[in-house]
Amino acid sequence: MAVLVIADHDNATLKDNTEKTVTAALKLSSDVDVLVAGKGAKAVADAAAKITGVRKVLLAESDELGEGLAESMEALVVPLMANYDAVLTPATSQGKNFSPRIAAKLDVAQISEITDVVDGSTFVRPIYAGNALETVQSSDAKKVITVRATAFKAAADGGSAKVETIPAPAKPAKTHFIDQKLVKSARPELSGAKIVVSGGRAMGSAEEFQKVIEPLADKLGAAVGASRAAVDAGYAPNDYQVGQTGKVVAPELYIAIGISGAIQHLAGMKDSKVIVAINKDADAPIFQVADYGLVADYKTAVPELMAALTAAGK
Amino acid sequence: MKVLVPVKRVIDYNVKARVKPDQTGVDLANVKMSMNPFCEIAVEEAVRLKEKGVATEVVAVSIGPQQAGETLRTALAMGADRAILVQTTEDLEPLAVAKVLAAIIGKETPDLVIMGKQAIDGDNNATGQMLATLLDWPQATFASALEVSGKKAKVTREVDGGLQTLEIDLPGIVTADLRLNEPRYASLPNIMKAKKKELAVEELASLGVDTAPRLKVVKVTEPPKRSGGIKVESAADLVSKLKTEAGVL
Repeated sequence: MAVLVIADHDNATLKDNTEKTVTAALKLSSDVDVLVAGKGAKAVADAAAKITGVRKVLLAESDELGEGLAESMEALVVPLMANYDAVLTPATSQGKNFSPRIAAKLDVAQISEITDVVDGSTFVRPIYAGNALETVQSSDAKKVITVRATAFKAAADGGSAKVETIPAPAKPAKTHFIDQKLVKSARPELSGAKIVVSGGRAMGSAEEFQKVIEPLADKLGAAVGASRAAVDAGYAPNDYQVGQTGKVVAPELYIAIGISGAIQHLAGMKDSKVIVAINKDADAPIFQVADYGLVADYKTAVPELMAALTAAGK
Repeated sequence: MKVLVPVKRVIDYNVKARVKPDQTGVDLANVKMSMNPFCEIAVEEAVRLKEKGVATEVVAVSIGPQQAGETLRTALAMGADRAILVQTTEDLEPLAVAKVLAAIIGKETPDLVIMGKQAIDGDNNATGQMLATLLDWPQATFASALEVSGKKAKVTREVDGGLQTLEIDLPGIVTADLRLNEPRYASLPNIMKAKKKELAVEELASLGVDTAPRLKVVKVTEPPKRSGGIKVESAADLVSKLKTEAGVL
Protein backbone atom coordinates (compact mmCIF):
# COMPACT_ATOMS: atom_id res chain seq x y z
CA MET A 1 0.00 0.00 0.00
CA ALA A 2 1.18 3.51 -0.79
CA VAL A 3 0.44 6.54 1.37
CA LEU A 4 0.32 10.22 0.51
CA VAL A 5 1.17 12.83 3.15
CA ILE A 6 0.07 16.40 2.52
CA ALA A 7 2.71 18.83 3.73
CA ASP A 8 2.00 21.64 6.16
CA HIS A 9 3.90 24.76 5.16
CA ASP A 10 3.57 28.50 4.57
CA ASN A 11 5.00 28.44 1.03
CA ALA A 12 8.41 29.40 2.46
CA THR A 13 9.18 26.79 5.10
CA LEU A 14 8.09 23.27 5.87
CA LYS A 15 6.37 22.92 9.28
CA ASP A 16 7.35 20.05 11.53
CA ASN A 17 3.74 18.80 11.52
CA THR A 18 4.77 17.31 8.18
CA GLU A 19 7.65 15.25 9.64
CA LYS A 20 5.33 14.07 12.42
CA THR A 21 2.67 13.05 9.94
CA VAL A 22 5.30 11.18 7.93
CA THR A 23 6.03 9.17 11.09
CA ALA A 24 2.35 8.22 11.30
CA ALA A 25 2.34 7.36 7.58
CA LEU A 26 5.41 5.12 7.92
CA LYS A 27 3.45 3.05 10.42
CA LEU A 28 1.05 2.26 7.58
CA SER A 29 3.43 1.73 4.73
CA SER A 30 7.04 2.10 3.65
CA ASP A 31 5.90 3.74 0.42
CA VAL A 32 5.29 7.30 1.58
CA ASP A 33 5.12 10.25 -0.80
CA VAL A 34 4.69 13.88 0.26
CA LEU A 35 2.56 16.39 -1.62
CA VAL A 36 3.54 20.04 -1.40
CA ALA A 37 0.73 22.21 -2.74
CA GLY A 38 1.36 25.94 -2.73
CA LYS A 39 2.82 28.82 -4.64
CA GLY A 40 6.55 29.50 -4.89
CA ALA A 41 7.05 26.50 -2.63
CA LYS A 42 10.06 24.81 -4.26
CA ALA A 43 12.14 25.27 -1.11
CA VAL A 44 9.41 23.52 0.88
CA ALA A 45 9.46 20.58 -1.55
CA ASP A 46 13.25 20.38 -1.27
CA ALA A 47 12.97 20.30 2.53
CA ALA A 48 10.31 17.57 2.34
CA ALA A 49 12.60 15.53 0.07
CA LYS A 50 15.13 15.37 2.92
CA ILE A 51 12.77 13.63 5.35
CA THR A 52 13.96 10.08 6.01
CA GLY A 53 11.61 7.48 4.60
CA VAL A 54 10.01 9.70 1.94
CA ARG A 55 9.94 8.00 -1.47
CA LYS A 56 8.99 10.95 -3.65
CA VAL A 57 7.80 14.54 -3.31
CA LEU A 58 5.06 15.91 -5.54
CA LEU A 59 4.98 19.66 -6.05
CA ALA A 60 1.92 21.47 -7.42
CA GLU A 61 1.76 25.25 -7.63
CA SER A 62 -0.93 27.82 -8.38
CA ASP A 63 -2.34 31.00 -6.83
CA GLU A 64 -5.29 29.11 -5.31
CA LEU A 65 -3.09 26.38 -3.86
CA GLY A 66 -0.90 29.11 -2.36
CA GLU A 67 -4.02 30.59 -0.78
CA GLY A 68 -4.97 27.15 0.47
CA LEU A 69 -8.45 27.09 -1.05
CA ALA A 70 -10.16 23.87 0.02
CA GLU A 71 -11.83 23.32 -3.35
CA SER A 72 -8.45 23.51 -5.09
CA MET A 73 -6.79 21.14 -2.64
CA GLU A 74 -9.55 18.59 -3.14
CA ALA A 75 -9.41 18.91 -6.93
CA LEU A 76 -5.65 18.32 -6.76
CA VAL A 77 -5.65 15.37 -4.38
CA VAL A 78 -8.67 13.31 -5.47
CA PRO A 79 -7.24 12.27 -8.88
CA LEU A 80 -3.90 11.42 -7.22
CA MET A 81 -5.70 8.96 -4.95
CA ALA A 82 -5.85 6.50 -7.86
CA ASN A 83 -2.23 5.76 -6.86
CA TYR A 84 -2.61 5.72 -3.07
CA ASP A 85 -4.45 3.69 -0.45
CA ALA A 86 -4.38 6.40 2.20
CA VAL A 87 -3.90 10.15 2.50
CA LEU A 88 -2.69 11.68 5.76
CA THR A 89 -2.96 15.38 6.49
CA PRO A 90 -1.81 17.21 9.63
CA ALA A 91 -4.93 18.37 11.52
CA THR A 92 -4.19 22.08 11.20
CA SER A 93 -6.94 24.57 10.41
CA GLN A 94 -5.87 24.25 6.79
CA GLY A 95 -5.87 20.44 6.82
CA LYS A 96 -9.23 20.30 8.59
CA ASN A 97 -10.61 22.60 5.93
CA PHE A 98 -9.90 20.44 2.89
CA SER A 99 -9.40 16.85 4.07
CA PRO A 100 -13.13 16.05 4.61
CA ARG A 101 -13.74 17.16 1.02
CA ILE A 102 -11.36 14.48 -0.23
CA ALA A 103 -13.20 11.90 1.87
CA ALA A 104 -16.61 13.00 0.60
CA LYS A 105 -15.45 12.94 -3.01
CA LEU A 106 -14.04 9.42 -2.57
CA ASP A 107 -17.20 8.42 -0.66
CA VAL A 108 -15.26 7.28 2.39
CA ALA A 109 -15.23 8.24 6.05
CA GLN A 110 -12.66 10.68 7.33
CA ILE A 111 -10.80 9.41 10.36
CA SER A 112 -10.19 12.65 12.21
CA GLU A 113 -7.17 13.58 14.35
CA ILE A 114 -5.66 10.15 14.91
CA THR A 115 -3.19 9.86 17.77
CA ASP A 116 -2.07 6.28 17.08
CA VAL A 117 -1.94 3.72 14.30
CA VAL A 118 -2.89 0.21 15.47
CA ASP A 119 -2.72 -1.44 12.05
CA GLY A 120 -3.42 -0.60 8.40
CA SER A 121 -7.11 -0.02 9.04
CA THR A 122 -7.33 0.59 12.80
CA PHE A 123 -6.66 3.91 14.45
CA VAL A 124 -7.00 5.66 17.80
CA ARG A 125 -8.54 9.10 18.03
CA PRO A 126 -9.69 11.30 20.90
CA ILE A 127 -13.40 12.10 21.20
CA TYR A 128 -15.34 14.23 23.72
CA ALA A 129 -12.52 16.72 24.07
CA GLY A 130 -10.03 13.97 24.79
CA ASN A 131 -12.08 12.58 27.66
CA ALA A 132 -12.28 9.30 25.77
CA LEU A 133 -10.14 7.54 23.22
CA GLU A 134 -11.92 5.75 20.41
CA THR A 135 -10.33 2.89 18.50
CA VAL A 136 -11.95 2.63 15.07
CA GLN A 137 -11.55 0.16 12.25
CA SER A 138 -12.22 1.43 8.75
CA SER A 139 -13.90 -0.72 6.13
CA ASP A 140 -13.24 1.78 3.34
CA ALA A 141 -10.86 0.84 0.54
CA LYS A 142 -9.13 4.20 0.77
CA LYS A 143 -8.39 5.89 4.05
CA VAL A 144 -8.64 9.65 4.48
CA ILE A 145 -7.02 10.60 7.76
CA THR A 146 -6.10 13.75 9.63
CA VAL A 147 -3.28 13.42 12.12
CA ARG A 148 -2.88 15.09 15.49
CA ALA A 149 0.77 15.82 14.91
CA THR A 150 1.67 16.33 18.57
CA ALA A 151 1.04 12.62 19.16
CA PHE A 152 3.88 11.56 16.84
CA LYS A 153 7.63 12.14 16.88
CA ALA A 154 9.05 13.99 13.91
CA ALA A 155 10.73 11.80 11.29
CA ALA A 156 14.41 12.73 11.02
CA ASP A 157 16.16 14.33 8.09
CA GLY A 158 18.55 12.30 5.97
CA GLY A 159 16.59 11.33 2.89
CA SER A 160 17.10 12.45 -0.68
CA ALA A 161 13.83 11.89 -2.50
CA LYS A 162 13.09 13.16 -5.98
CA VAL A 163 10.85 16.19 -6.42
CA GLU A 164 8.35 15.80 -9.24
CA THR A 165 6.26 18.72 -10.46
CA ILE A 166 2.63 17.94 -11.20
CA PRO A 167 -0.05 20.18 -12.76
CA ALA A 168 -2.35 22.28 -10.58
CA PRO A 169 -6.13 22.07 -10.98
CA ALA A 170 -8.27 24.78 -12.55
CA LYS A 171 -9.37 27.77 -10.45
CA PRO A 172 -12.52 27.12 -8.38
CA ALA A 173 -15.52 28.90 -9.86
CA LYS A 174 -17.54 29.82 -6.79
CA THR A 175 -14.96 30.64 -4.11
CA HIS A 176 -12.90 33.80 -4.34
CA PHE A 177 -9.91 34.71 -2.22
CA ILE A 178 -10.06 38.26 -0.90
CA ASP A 179 -7.15 38.54 1.52
CA GLN A 180 -5.24 36.98 4.35
CA LYS A 181 -3.94 38.78 7.43
CA LEU A 182 -1.40 36.77 9.35
CA VAL A 183 -0.10 38.02 12.66
CA LYS A 184 3.63 38.48 12.38
CA SER A 185 5.32 37.27 15.49
CA ALA A 186 8.87 36.64 16.58
CA ARG A 187 7.56 34.02 18.99
CA PRO A 188 7.50 30.32 18.13
CA GLU A 189 4.30 28.88 16.73
CA LEU A 190 1.91 27.65 19.38
CA SER A 191 1.40 24.10 18.15
CA GLY A 192 5.12 23.35 17.82
CA ALA A 193 6.62 25.40 20.68
CA LYS A 194 8.81 23.78 23.37
CA ILE A 195 7.41 26.09 26.02
CA VAL A 196 3.92 27.60 26.13
CA VAL A 197 2.76 30.30 28.55
CA SER A 198 -1.02 30.61 28.69
CA GLY A 199 -3.29 33.10 30.40
CA GLY A 200 -6.88 32.78 31.50
CA ARG A 201 -9.85 34.90 32.36
CA ALA A 202 -8.22 36.02 35.60
CA MET A 203 -6.20 38.50 33.51
CA GLY A 204 -9.29 40.70 33.37
CA SER A 205 -8.37 42.67 30.23
CA ALA A 206 -6.45 42.47 26.97
CA GLU A 207 -3.94 45.05 28.32
CA GLU A 208 -3.30 43.00 31.42
CA PHE A 209 -2.94 39.84 29.32
CA GLN A 210 -0.26 41.53 27.21
CA LYS A 211 1.46 43.02 30.23
CA VAL A 212 1.61 39.77 32.21
CA ILE A 213 1.73 36.85 29.79
CA GLU A 214 3.75 38.17 26.88
CA PRO A 215 6.90 39.35 28.75
CA LEU A 216 7.08 36.02 30.57
CA ALA A 217 6.68 34.14 27.28
CA ASP A 218 9.41 36.26 25.70
CA LYS A 219 11.75 35.67 28.61
CA LEU A 220 11.32 31.92 28.13
CA GLY A 221 11.30 32.00 24.34
CA ALA A 222 7.82 30.56 24.60
CA ALA A 223 4.66 30.70 22.54
CA VAL A 224 1.62 32.44 24.03
CA GLY A 225 -1.62 30.57 24.61
CA ALA A 226 -4.95 31.40 26.18
CA SER A 227 -7.97 29.64 27.60
CA ARG A 228 -11.25 29.80 25.77
CA ALA A 229 -12.62 31.99 28.53
CA ALA A 230 -9.87 34.54 27.90
CA VAL A 231 -10.50 34.40 24.14
CA ASP A 232 -14.26 34.70 24.56
CA ALA A 233 -13.73 37.74 26.78
CA GLY A 234 -11.59 39.31 24.06
CA TYR A 235 -8.33 39.33 26.06
CA ALA A 236 -6.49 37.27 23.46
CA PRO A 237 -6.96 36.45 19.77
CA ASN A 238 -8.62 33.17 18.84
CA ASP A 239 -5.50 31.64 17.34
CA TYR A 240 -3.99 31.70 20.87
CA GLN A 241 -6.73 29.39 22.07
CA VAL A 242 -5.62 26.10 23.59
CA GLY A 243 -8.30 23.47 24.04
CA GLN A 244 -10.87 21.29 22.39
CA THR A 245 -12.12 24.15 20.27
CA GLY A 246 -8.70 25.65 19.69
CA LYS A 247 -5.23 24.16 19.37
CA VAL A 248 -3.92 21.00 20.94
CA VAL A 249 -0.40 21.44 22.23
CA ALA A 250 2.10 19.12 23.88
CA PRO A 251 5.16 21.21 24.76
CA GLU A 252 7.97 20.27 27.14
CA LEU A 253 6.70 22.90 29.54
CA TYR A 254 3.21 24.38 29.79
CA ILE A 255 2.65 27.25 32.20
CA ALA A 256 -1.02 28.02 32.94
CA ILE A 257 -1.57 31.37 34.61
CA GLY A 258 -4.96 32.30 36.02
CA ILE A 259 -6.55 29.35 34.24
CA SER A 260 -9.04 27.33 36.24
CA GLY A 261 -8.73 24.23 34.06
CA ALA A 262 -12.08 23.70 32.35
CA ILE A 263 -12.48 20.31 30.67
CA GLN A 264 -12.19 21.85 27.27
CA HIS A 265 -8.89 23.57 28.13
CA LEU A 266 -7.37 20.45 29.67
CA ALA A 267 -8.18 18.63 26.42
CA GLY A 268 -5.77 20.92 24.65
CA MET A 269 -2.75 20.71 26.94
CA LYS A 270 -2.86 17.64 29.16
CA ASP A 271 -0.29 15.80 27.05
CA SER A 272 2.37 18.42 27.85
CA LYS A 273 5.48 16.92 29.46
CA VAL A 274 5.54 19.24 32.45
CA ILE A 275 2.59 21.38 33.51
CA VAL A 276 2.88 24.36 35.84
CA ALA A 277 -0.20 26.07 37.22
CA ILE A 278 -0.33 29.42 38.96
CA ASN A 279 -3.74 30.18 40.38
CA LYS A 280 -4.95 31.81 43.56
CA ASP A 281 -7.76 29.27 43.95
CA ALA A 282 -6.22 26.20 45.57
CA ASP A 283 -9.23 24.12 44.47
CA ALA A 284 -8.94 24.99 40.78
CA PRO A 285 -9.11 21.79 38.67
CA ILE A 286 -5.92 22.79 36.85
CA PHE A 287 -3.96 21.67 39.93
CA GLN A 288 -5.17 18.10 39.38
CA VAL A 289 -3.12 17.84 36.21
CA ALA A 290 -0.26 20.18 37.15
CA ASP A 291 3.14 18.73 38.04
CA TYR A 292 3.97 21.92 39.89
CA GLY A 293 1.31 24.11 41.39
CA LEU A 294 1.78 27.54 42.90
CA VAL A 295 -1.21 28.82 44.81
CA ALA A 296 -0.78 32.54 44.47
CA ASP A 297 -2.22 35.62 42.80
CA TYR A 298 -0.58 35.94 39.40
CA LYS A 299 -0.16 39.66 40.07
CA THR A 300 2.55 38.92 42.60
CA ALA A 301 3.63 35.47 41.38
CA VAL A 302 4.48 36.41 37.79
CA PRO A 303 6.82 39.31 38.70
CA GLU A 304 8.48 36.99 41.25
CA LEU A 305 8.77 34.30 38.60
CA MET A 306 10.37 36.81 36.21
CA ALA A 307 12.84 37.79 38.92
CA ALA A 308 13.60 34.16 39.79
CA LEU A 309 14.20 33.37 36.10
CA THR A 310 16.55 36.34 35.83
CA ALA A 311 18.38 35.14 38.93
CA ALA A 312 18.63 31.68 37.36
CA GLY A 313 20.27 33.18 34.31
CA LYS A 314 17.26 33.23 31.99
CA MET B 1 -33.37 34.39 1.32
CA LYS B 2 -33.81 31.09 3.11
CA VAL B 3 -31.20 29.95 5.63
CA LEU B 4 -30.95 26.35 6.78
CA VAL B 5 -29.23 25.53 10.07
CA PRO B 6 -28.41 21.92 10.98
CA VAL B 7 -28.15 21.39 14.75
CA LYS B 8 -26.98 18.47 16.85
CA ARG B 9 -28.00 17.28 20.29
CA VAL B 10 -24.88 16.41 22.27
CA ILE B 11 -23.71 15.94 25.83
CA ASP B 12 -23.83 19.32 27.59
CA TYR B 13 -20.71 21.40 27.23
CA ASN B 14 -20.07 21.47 30.97
CA VAL B 15 -20.50 17.75 31.62
CA LYS B 16 -17.47 15.50 31.72
CA ALA B 17 -17.95 12.50 29.45
CA ARG B 18 -17.47 9.12 31.17
CA VAL B 19 -16.45 5.98 29.39
CA LYS B 20 -18.70 2.94 29.94
CA PRO B 21 -17.03 0.14 31.89
CA ASP B 22 -17.57 -2.30 28.99
CA GLN B 23 -15.62 0.05 26.67
CA THR B 24 -18.43 0.25 24.12
CA GLY B 25 -18.78 4.00 24.25
CA VAL B 26 -19.48 7.01 26.41
CA ASP B 27 -22.24 6.76 28.99
CA LEU B 28 -25.06 9.09 27.98
CA ALA B 29 -27.74 7.67 30.28
CA ASN B 30 -29.11 10.35 32.62
CA VAL B 31 -26.59 12.87 31.34
CA LYS B 32 -27.62 16.44 30.57
CA MET B 33 -27.87 16.95 26.82
CA SER B 34 -27.88 20.32 25.02
CA MET B 35 -27.45 21.88 21.64
CA ASN B 36 -23.85 21.60 20.42
CA PRO B 37 -22.26 25.01 21.23
CA PHE B 38 -21.09 25.61 17.65
CA CYS B 39 -24.62 24.86 16.39
CA GLU B 40 -25.95 27.50 18.80
CA ILE B 41 -23.61 30.02 17.23
CA ALA B 42 -24.89 28.99 13.79
CA VAL B 43 -28.53 29.43 14.85
CA GLU B 44 -27.73 32.83 16.35
CA GLU B 45 -26.06 33.98 13.14
CA ALA B 46 -29.02 32.87 11.03
CA VAL B 47 -31.48 34.62 13.35
CA ARG B 48 -29.41 37.80 13.21
CA LEU B 49 -29.52 37.66 9.41
CA LYS B 50 -33.28 37.49 9.67
CA GLU B 51 -33.41 40.39 12.12
CA LYS B 52 -31.30 42.43 9.70
CA GLY B 53 -33.80 41.71 6.97
CA VAL B 54 -31.29 39.70 4.95
CA ALA B 55 -32.89 36.30 5.58
CA THR B 56 -36.62 35.75 5.20
CA GLU B 57 -36.83 32.28 6.71
CA VAL B 58 -34.65 30.24 9.06
CA VAL B 59 -35.16 26.47 9.05
CA ALA B 60 -33.47 24.31 11.69
CA VAL B 61 -32.78 20.63 10.97
CA SER B 62 -31.65 17.88 13.29
CA ILE B 63 -30.97 14.21 12.72
CA GLY B 64 -31.44 12.04 15.77
CA PRO B 65 -33.83 10.40 18.18
CA GLN B 66 -37.14 11.87 19.26
CA GLN B 67 -35.34 13.87 21.97
CA ALA B 68 -33.47 15.83 19.29
CA GLY B 69 -36.85 17.55 18.91
CA GLU B 70 -36.07 19.35 22.18
CA THR B 71 -32.89 20.71 20.61
CA LEU B 72 -34.95 21.92 17.66
CA ARG B 73 -37.36 23.62 20.08
CA THR B 74 -34.36 25.49 21.47
CA ALA B 75 -33.49 26.64 17.96
CA LEU B 76 -37.10 27.74 17.45
CA ALA B 77 -37.05 29.60 20.76
CA MET B 78 -33.88 31.40 19.65
CA GLY B 79 -35.76 32.59 16.57
CA ALA B 80 -35.78 29.90 13.87
CA ASP B 81 -39.10 29.84 12.00
CA ARG B 82 -39.64 26.12 11.65
CA ALA B 83 -37.85 22.86 12.17
CA ILE B 84 -37.38 19.45 10.61
CA LEU B 85 -36.44 16.37 12.61
CA VAL B 86 -35.04 13.46 10.67
CA GLN B 87 -35.78 10.77 13.16
CA THR B 88 -33.43 7.85 13.74
CA THR B 89 -31.88 5.98 16.62
CA GLU B 90 -28.81 5.18 14.51
CA ASP B 91 -25.62 7.02 15.33
CA LEU B 92 -24.63 8.52 11.99
CA GLU B 93 -21.09 9.28 10.86
CA PRO B 94 -20.34 12.71 9.34
CA LEU B 95 -20.49 11.39 5.76
CA ALA B 96 -23.95 9.94 6.37
CA VAL B 97 -25.09 13.16 8.08
CA ALA B 98 -23.86 15.14 5.08
CA LYS B 99 -25.81 12.84 2.74
CA VAL B 100 -29.00 13.19 4.78
CA LEU B 101 -28.60 16.98 4.90
CA ALA B 102 -27.99 17.04 1.14
CA ALA B 103 -31.31 15.20 0.68
CA ILE B 104 -33.13 17.72 2.91
CA ILE B 105 -31.45 20.62 1.12
CA GLY B 106 -32.62 19.14 -2.19
CA LYS B 107 -36.21 19.59 -0.98
CA GLU B 108 -35.78 22.86 0.92
CA THR B 109 -33.47 24.66 -1.55
CA PRO B 110 -32.00 27.17 0.94
CA ASP B 111 -29.68 29.94 -0.26
CA LEU B 112 -27.30 29.55 2.64
CA VAL B 113 -26.46 26.84 5.14
CA ILE B 114 -24.86 27.90 8.42
CA MET B 115 -23.67 25.12 10.71
CA GLY B 116 -21.25 24.53 13.56
CA LYS B 117 -17.66 23.73 12.62
CA GLN B 118 -17.64 20.62 14.80
CA ALA B 119 -19.73 18.71 17.31
CA ILE B 120 -18.21 18.35 20.74
CA ASP B 121 -18.96 14.62 20.96
CA GLY B 122 -17.27 13.11 17.90
CA ASP B 123 -14.95 16.12 17.43
CA ASN B 124 -14.73 15.28 13.72
CA ASN B 125 -14.97 18.73 12.15
CA ALA B 126 -16.00 17.23 8.82
CA THR B 127 -19.74 17.44 8.09
CA GLY B 128 -19.85 20.98 6.66
CA GLN B 129 -16.95 20.37 4.30
CA MET B 130 -18.45 17.05 3.18
CA LEU B 131 -21.85 18.63 2.60
CA ALA B 132 -20.31 21.39 0.46
CA THR B 133 -18.52 18.75 -1.58
CA LEU B 134 -21.60 16.58 -2.10
CA LEU B 135 -23.68 19.59 -3.19
CA ASP B 136 -20.83 21.17 -5.15
CA TRP B 137 -21.47 24.37 -3.25
CA PRO B 138 -18.63 26.66 -2.15
CA GLN B 139 -17.54 26.42 1.48
CA ALA B 140 -16.23 28.90 4.01
CA THR B 141 -15.33 27.12 7.22
CA PHE B 142 -14.39 28.42 10.69
CA ALA B 143 -16.17 31.73 10.16
CA SER B 144 -15.61 34.59 12.59
CA ALA B 145 -17.54 37.14 10.53
CA LEU B 146 -20.21 36.85 7.87
CA GLU B 147 -21.60 39.49 5.55
CA VAL B 148 -24.28 38.59 3.03
CA SER B 149 -25.08 40.87 0.12
CA GLY B 150 -27.21 39.73 -2.78
CA LYS B 151 -26.01 36.37 -4.08
CA LYS B 152 -22.64 36.57 -2.34
CA ALA B 153 -21.29 36.06 1.16
CA LYS B 154 -18.07 37.55 2.45
CA VAL B 155 -16.66 35.36 5.19
CA THR B 156 -13.75 36.02 7.53
CA ARG B 157 -12.17 32.71 8.51
CA GLU B 158 -10.01 31.75 11.46
CA VAL B 159 -6.83 30.19 10.06
CA ASP B 160 -3.57 29.25 11.77
CA GLY B 161 -1.76 32.48 12.54
CA GLY B 162 -4.47 34.91 11.52
CA LEU B 163 -7.56 35.57 9.42
CA GLN B 164 -8.48 34.83 5.84
CA THR B 165 -11.32 36.47 3.95
CA LEU B 166 -13.17 34.65 1.19
CA GLU B 167 -16.13 35.56 -0.94
CA ILE B 168 -18.41 32.72 -1.92
CA ASP B 169 -21.24 32.62 -4.44
CA LEU B 170 -24.53 31.55 -2.92
CA PRO B 171 -25.89 29.00 -2.34
CA GLY B 172 -23.01 28.07 -0.08
CA ILE B 173 -21.99 26.51 3.22
CA VAL B 174 -20.58 28.48 6.14
CA THR B 175 -19.31 26.74 9.30
CA ALA B 176 -19.26 28.74 12.50
CA ASP B 177 -16.26 29.24 14.76
CA LEU B 178 -16.43 30.55 18.31
CA ARG B 179 -16.06 34.23 17.69
CA LEU B 180 -18.76 34.58 15.06
CA ASN B 181 -21.17 35.77 17.75
CA GLU B 182 -22.37 35.20 21.28
CA PRO B 183 -25.62 33.22 21.18
CA ARG B 184 -28.62 34.63 23.00
CA TYR B 185 -30.56 32.89 25.72
CA ALA B 186 -34.11 32.15 24.68
CA SER B 187 -36.58 34.25 26.68
CA LEU B 188 -39.55 32.61 28.38
CA PRO B 189 -42.11 34.18 26.00
CA ASN B 190 -40.05 32.95 23.06
CA ILE B 191 -39.82 29.45 24.56
CA MET B 192 -43.62 29.47 24.83
CA LYS B 193 -43.97 30.74 21.26
CA ALA B 194 -41.58 28.07 20.02
CA LYS B 195 -43.96 25.37 21.18
CA LYS B 196 -46.46 26.54 18.57
CA LYS B 197 -43.96 26.65 15.69
CA GLU B 198 -43.95 23.92 13.06
CA LEU B 199 -41.73 20.90 13.76
CA ALA B 200 -42.00 18.36 10.96
CA VAL B 201 -40.82 14.81 11.58
CA GLU B 202 -39.46 12.60 8.83
CA GLU B 203 -38.25 9.06 9.28
CA LEU B 204 -34.65 8.63 8.18
CA ALA B 205 -35.59 5.53 6.16
CA SER B 206 -38.07 7.56 4.08
CA LEU B 207 -35.22 9.61 2.61
CA GLY B 208 -33.59 6.58 0.97
CA VAL B 209 -30.06 7.68 1.85
CA ASP B 210 -27.21 5.20 2.37
CA THR B 211 -26.15 5.81 5.97
CA ALA B 212 -24.26 2.56 6.58
CA PRO B 213 -21.33 3.12 8.94
CA ARG B 214 -17.83 2.95 7.46
CA LEU B 215 -16.07 2.77 10.77
CA LYS B 216 -16.43 0.08 13.37
CA VAL B 217 -15.82 1.21 16.93
CA VAL B 218 -13.49 -1.44 18.34
CA LYS B 219 -13.43 0.08 21.80
CA VAL B 220 -13.67 3.33 23.71
CA THR B 221 -11.25 3.77 26.59
CA GLU B 222 -10.30 6.35 29.16
CA PRO B 223 -7.24 8.39 28.33
CA PRO B 224 -4.20 7.72 30.50
CA LYS B 225 -4.62 9.64 33.76
CA ARG B 226 -2.21 12.35 34.74
CA SER B 227 -1.38 12.15 38.36
CA GLY B 228 -1.44 15.43 40.19
CA GLY B 229 1.95 16.79 41.17
CA ILE B 230 3.17 18.87 44.06
CA LYS B 231 2.55 22.36 45.31
CA VAL B 232 5.53 24.67 45.44
CA GLU B 233 6.00 27.42 47.99
CA SER B 234 7.26 30.26 45.85
CA ALA B 235 8.24 31.36 42.38
CA ALA B 236 11.92 30.81 43.25
CA ASP B 237 11.15 27.30 44.43
CA LEU B 238 9.29 26.68 41.15
CA VAL B 239 12.18 27.85 38.99
CA SER B 240 14.67 25.72 40.89
CA LYS B 241 12.46 22.62 40.58
CA LEU B 242 11.87 23.22 36.88
CA LYS B 243 15.61 23.52 36.43
CA THR B 244 16.93 20.65 38.49
CA GLU B 245 14.04 18.21 38.96
CA ALA B 246 12.08 18.53 35.72
CA GLY B 247 15.00 19.66 33.56
CA VAL B 248 12.83 21.78 31.31
CA LEU B 249 14.52 25.17 31.75
